[in-house]
Amino acid sequence: MGMTVVLEVQNLSVAYAMPGGALQAVRDVSLSVARGEVLGIMGESGCGKSTLAAAMINLLPPAARVGQGAVRLNGTDMLRLAPAAQRALRGRSVAMVFQDPMTAFNPVLTIGQQVADFVGAHDASLARPDRLAAMLDRVGIPDAARCLGRYPHELSGGMRQRVAIAAALLMQPDVLIADEPTTALDVTMEAQIIHLLRDLRTTFDGAIVIVTHHLGVIAELCDRVAVMYAGEVVEEGPVDAIFHDPQHPYTRALLACDPAVVDPASGRLPTIAGRLPDLTAPPPGCAFEPRCGMALAVCSQPVPRRVPAAGRSVLCHRGAE
Amino acid sequence: MLAYAIRRVGLSLLILIVVMTAMYGMVFLVPGDPASLALGPRATPELKEALRERMGLDQPILTQIFLFFGNVLQGDLGTDVWSKRPVLDQILEVFPNTLILGSVALGWALVLGVLLGCAAVVWRDTVVDRLLGVLSVSVISVPSFVIAIYALIVFAVWLNWLPAIGAGEAGDLGSQARALVLPAFALGLGWVGYLARLIRASMLEVMEAPHIRTARAFGMSERDIVFRHALRVAIVPTISVLAVGFGGILSSAVFVESVFSRPGIGTLITAAVEKRNYPVVMGTVLFMTAFYLMIVTAADLLIARLDPRVRDVLRG
Ligand SMILES: Nc1ncnc2c1ncn2[C@@H]1O[C@H](COP(=O)(O)OP(=O)(O)OP(=O)(O)O)[C@@H](O)[C@H]1O
Ligand code: SF4
Ligand SMILES: [Mg+2]
Repeated sequence: MGMTVVLEVQNLSVAYAMPGGALQAVRDVSLSVARGEVLGIMGESGCGKSTLAAAMINLLPPAARVGQGAVRLNGTDMLRLAPAAQRALRGRSVAMVFQDPMTAFNPVLTIGQQVADFVGAHDASLARPDRLAAMLDRVGIPDAARCLGRYPHELSGGMRQRVAIAAALLMQPDVLIADEPTTALDVTMEAQIIHLLRDLRTTFDGAIVIVTHHLGVIAELCDRVAVMYAGEVVEEGPVDAIFHDPQHPYTRALLACDPAVVDPASGRLPTIAGRLPDLTAPPPGCAFEPRCGMALAVCSQPVPRRVPAAGRSVLCHRGAE
Repeated sequence: MLAYAIRRVGLSLLILIVVMTAMYGMVFLVPGDPASLALGPRATPELKEALRERMGLDQPILTQIFLFFGNVLQGDLGTDVWSKRPVLDQILEVFPNTLILGSVALGWALVLGVLLGCAAVVWRDTVVDRLLGVLSVSVISVPSFVIAIYALIVFAVWLNWLPAIGAGEAGDLGSQARALVLPAFALGLGWVGYLARLIRASMLEVMEAPHIRTARAFGMSERDIVFRHALRVAIVPTISVLAVGFGGILSSAVFVESVFSRPGIGTLITAAVEKRNYPVVMGTVLFMTAFYLMIVTAADLLIARLDPRVRDVLRG
């Protein structure tokens, strides 16, 4: 596999302007994804996954401020491009699939009108009904031509998510970002969408970034995984290596071998006792310390990033001494 | 959808019946006898008695209401006390003038209001947005008859560009159009501001919706998002406001028509009120109420058509 990096996040920090001070949702995050690679991002609710995903396409909520860092798409920093140049990249170079397929589409326009407008923004020839239908067909939508004439509410959540994926792939982007693409769906549809994404891996040659709560998604789809905690990537590396030998106490807690901890029905992340620290005033030392069963005296000091093996990194004092 | 339409029309008819009864009852509630009021203090008892008989006022009240409803059902809104002409004929004679005035006023206000509202959203929080905000609020707060008077003084009297009075020569479309410009301008101006604000507010809410973020994530331009995707959603709640607004415009037309001495429902009803011409006043109010209910009902049905979700709920 050629290792051309298509998306690189470099020392990125994003904060939300809040009445009580700046909420530091993403703190000094560095990540990169190569062509053909699937990167999973996991972590408990509120740890900054969606903020990071939105920053990757530079569609942050109005209250968000990028403190420092860069998001390089094929080497160009998205965050510092003129708006028109950013628009030219969105959809064509980097596409996004959102969590809730119920609200992701305009309720008063047909699926066909919307998808045609989306892809027509870049290339009118792609907006032809036959090409749209062919793409819907590819993601497993029965009777694709008729589906184009339907309104969003006439489709099930799973079907809508398929349409969203089809639309995102129509322009062959270099990077596809999916923020919890299956969370809003029921278990059966979730399995179908995971299956679809796995199939697409064989035909789609861009990079994929998937935000998920679902350990199964990581295990089945991803090559690498980044574990986030309190706005930071605390551990990152190949999925196999991390699943077999988690180094960070937080990752270990997430992957706790005790199968009773992972909800067997949904396979979702177990809950860990304690809560995220206040992100308006994150501690100078390890943010996980109050919940960590292995904390050392040194853990209240700034944490060094370790490289336990090639292609891996861990943010923890343990093992660094 | 059909069941909904029937329900909606039924409701309107019910409202109309209530209005008719209330209106008829009102004539008896106001002090004084309509016939004496109409004829003035110097009328002889014989004259009054004759008029009372002609107006059917000598019958028992229930019979009167019954007759009134029966007549209305047959399209008879009564007879003018003075000219003895059927009220409906008089209304139908001038109503097109008012309808054209109201439609043209609301029409240009809608087109410009939507454009300015969208412009304020595309350039939100810039000078353009703020300037449009100030202008909108200023035109909203000036009553249309004041605008009418100033427009008349400036464009008709000083500059002499447009006619000051009337509705133009019969059969001469050019002169009719020229006579329409100033009244329609005066009547619609406030609505431009109002609709611009309304569309802006409705649109800003829509622009927060997740589906707009989807459109942005696909690189659609802000202008296309506003005009092609957001407007379609934002316009739906505006339609019911427009329907109510049309009623409002027709009432403001009363003043504007007076300023420009333009024949219409406004001039008809003001003259009738001055002369205490009860049948004309009642007939006109009834006609306008029915018309207004018709517009509001049509708007509701249109909303049901435009929003596929509402359409399906009603169908299912
Ligand atoms: N628009 C916003 N304004 C202010 N604060 C926000 C906003 N969006 C998110 N936050 C805050 O930023 C932090 C990170 O939120 P984010 O949505 O990125 O987390 P997440 O990991 O995606 O969580 P989840 O799993 O619940 O989706 C949270 O504390 C959240 O409350
Ligand atoms: S740095 Fe210390 S407190 Fe933090 S996770 Fe590692 S061991 Fe636990
Ligand atoms: Mg999220």
